[in-house]
Order: sequence, then structure tokens, then C-alpha cells
Amino acid sequence: MQGLELKLKERLQKLLDDGTVDCVIGWTKGEFIYDVTPAIFTKESGLDGFVYNSFCGANLSKYLVSQITSDKKFAVILKPCDTYSMNQLITEHRVNRENIYIIGVGCSGHIDIDKVKAQGVSGITNVIDNDNNIIINSIYGDSKIEKASVLLSKCQSCKGSELKISDEIIGEGIKTPTCDERFDGVKKLEAMTAEERFAFWKSELSKCIRCNACRNICPACTCRTCVFDNARSNVAAKANATEFEEKMFHIIRAFHVAGRCTDCGECSRVCPQSIPLHLLNRKFIKDINEFYGDYQAGEESNQRNPLVNFTESDIEATVISDKEGK
Amino acid sequence: MQEVKDFKPTIVAFCCNWCSYAGADLAGSSRLSYPADVKIIRVPCSGRVNPMFILKAFERGADGVIICGCHPGDCHYSTGNYYTRRRLALLYSMLDYMGIERGRTRVEWVSAAEGVKFSTVMNKFVEDIRALGECVKLGDIRCKD
Repeated sequence: MQGLELKLKERLQKLLDDGTVDCVIGWTKGEFIYDVTPAIFTKESGLDGFVYNSFCGANLSKYLVSQITSDKKFAVILKPCDTYSMNQLITEHRVNRENIYIIGVGCSGHIDIDKVKAQGVSGITNVIDNDNNIIINSIYGDSKIEKASVLLSKCQSCKGSELKISDEIIGEGIKTPTCDERFDGVKKLEAMTAEERFAFWKSELSKCIRCNACRNICPACTCRTCVFDNARSNVAAKANATEFEEKMFHIIRAFHVAGRCTDCGECSRVCPQSIPLHLLNRKFIKDINEFYGDYQAGEESNQRNPLVNFTESDIEATVISDKEGK
Repeated sequence: MQEVKDFKPTIVAFCCNWCSYAGADLAGSSRLSYPADVKIIRVPCSGRVNPMFILKAFERGADGVIICGCHPGDCHYSTGNYYTRRRLALLYSMLDYMGIERGRTRVEWVSAAEGVKFSTVMNKFVEDIRALGECVKLGDIRCKD
């Protein structure tokens, strides 16, 4: 991972110097090795503080949306799963492809610092990623942890190491050994009774503080004025006052990205209350696959979203209303 | 608290202007009865029904929501109801996934000539909602009487 950072830095510096790009979207280091922040580097500022390590799990494609009116050229670092979001943004004309230089990086899974800390490690000074295990240097000594046990939950159902779109590729990637089947969580909930499901979502969604982090991070949520910010929509941003509003916010949030969600897992990653929001998005994905045939948003650009498409023989909604069982 | 036998559900029916609303009209002029619990909201097309409308109806105390439109292929705007069909299938499946009773939401296709069907559908739906009782899982307590 250290080698990859050097290679990236060298290449990016070259791209900035020869004028191929004006800005770079990458990560800047924080106080600790694990609190990296997405940042924009320019030619003037140079690549001071640029970092790429096992904690750079964020999907950077969303940062390009606000740059659509800019004439500047951007280099962006995308991991295989982020390239799906990029394809989706290109399909929806939310980014200007001509102004973007995509550097695809090989990925072997990123680490969730909370999971590391939960294993009782503190005072972390450095982390060395060896793909299968990680060595953690701390002020109390070194320890070795199996990487699979501290992966981000989005990496636990990895979509594979293939970059769907890129201008150049740096570093080799491996498909993260998946611990979870993608729809396991959804199937588990579906197997419950309606009362159990209701109790599950009530307890999860009641934790929501309406910080809107899930919406802000989502690469599919690109409306200029979100319905939840529109004062005339009657559901404008405010704290959830009742249980109804908790459910309404999350149903509508997931529904607005249905068919466009690439299942990048960012919503769950950023949720400060650890609500498993991807279970809502994955339910829509699972239903779309079952009802209208397999569809992966962002697999390639210019696909047609199943929700703006139809066939004459589609499943009737009454089938769901009349479904037998729990 | 009223007794269950007196339970009068509130049903919201979104009817498209071209088929189902005319179907309701025909039911009326043919002297076919359907329960007064059904509150009809006329929409230009069933495709106009935003998922938010359905959730908002439940918030404001609806016990059941039914969407009626032209039969697939007969939409006044050619294809509006095809999109509705996909959208609502997903929404209803999601509501079910969140533990809200499936029977509270429904889509039916009623043409302008189907006054009888309109009356049967509404009678059946109201009966189903009566059996399910008051909707307590989705609803804003501040909107209750």
C-alpha cells in the first residue's frame, strides 16, 4: 500500500506539471493515519499532505458533481466499486466526462477503524497493510490482525476487482474474499414475520438523527435541490418529529435512488448511528432483479434504468398485495 | 375508543381522470353502491401518484390506499400506467419489507366502462381494511383526532 501511494503521488505530480489536469481529487492526511479526508489538490497547492492508505474507503466520484460547471480538468482516484458510480453519473449527465481523468487503482479492501478499535487496539501510530493481514503499530506495541475481520462492511460484499471505467490503472487489485453474500441481510429480514421486521426497522430508524449524511455522501443523490431541502415540498429538512417521519425519510431516500443505486455502501459507512441503510437499497435492487431481470446500475454507461422502462408483461403490484405468508 | 364493529376505516383512492374516475362516475349513475369510507382523489394519470402521496395519506390517518388507473395499454398518455406499475410494485414490496401490512396498499385497473368492477373492488378493499383494523404502524400521532 505504501508503494502504491508513492506511485500515485509521482504520477499525479506529473499530470499536474504537464497540464493534463488542473486539480486532483484525492485524500489528505489527518491527525492520525486513519482519519484521512477527501481533498482537492491544485497545481498551486501541490500534493502536500496527499495520502493513499487502507483507510481511503470513501467514494470520490460524488465530489465531481459540484464541479460540472467548472472548466478545470480533474484527476480522480477511483477504486473498482467507485467506477460503477462514475458510470452512473456519466449516464445521468451529472459530470462532464471530458474534464475528468480517471485513475483506477487496484483495491484489496479497505479497513474500518471502528472494527480495529473494537478489537482492543488503541494508541495506533501506523498500520501496515499486507493484503491478508494488517500489522498495527501502537504506542503499546505491535499487533497483527486478520484483515478480513476489520474490513469495511461494504468491502465484505465486494463487487470484484474489475475497473468499469478508467483512463489509466495503477496497482493490481484482488477481489476481497467475501464474507457475506450480497443479499444475505435482506433475505434474513424477509424470512422474519411482519411484526419482527417492523420492530427491527423501528429500533434501527429511531436512531436516526436526520444529519442527512447518507444523502450528502450518496453518489446517486445529485438533485440540485433535494426534496428534503425544498421548503415547498412539505417534508423539508428538519429533525424527525415522529416515527412516521423516520420511516418516510428513509423510504423516500432509498426510493429516489432505486434503479440508480450501485450498492456502493457509502450510506451505511457514513451513518454516525450505524443504521444498516444499505439493507433498504439492497431490497430495491433485489426486487428489481427478481421482477425485471438482473440489473447492475453503473455496469456500463448509458444503460436504461428499469424504473424508467417497462414491458407489457411486467409483474402486477397486486401480486405483492395478495402475497401469502408472513 | 370505538368498538371494532363500529370501525370506520378511512380509505384514500387515487383515481385517474380518464378511466377510473369515469368508472366511479358510472358506478354512481348505475346506482351501484360502494362504501362512503372511500375518499376519491382525482389525478390526471395514475403515473402522477408520487410515492410520497401514499405515505402522506397514511400519515394523515388513512387506513388503506388504493390506486386505480387505466388498464395497461389503455393509458390516455400511452404509457403512464406502465411506469406506475413498476414504481408501485417496488414501493409496496418495500412497505411489506418494513413490516407494514401488505393488504393496506393496492393497485387496480378500472376502465371507464367498468362501474361494476369499481364497486366490487372498493367493497372488497374496504372489507379487507376493516379486517386489518386501524393503521397504527404508519401514521403521525399528531394527526389523530
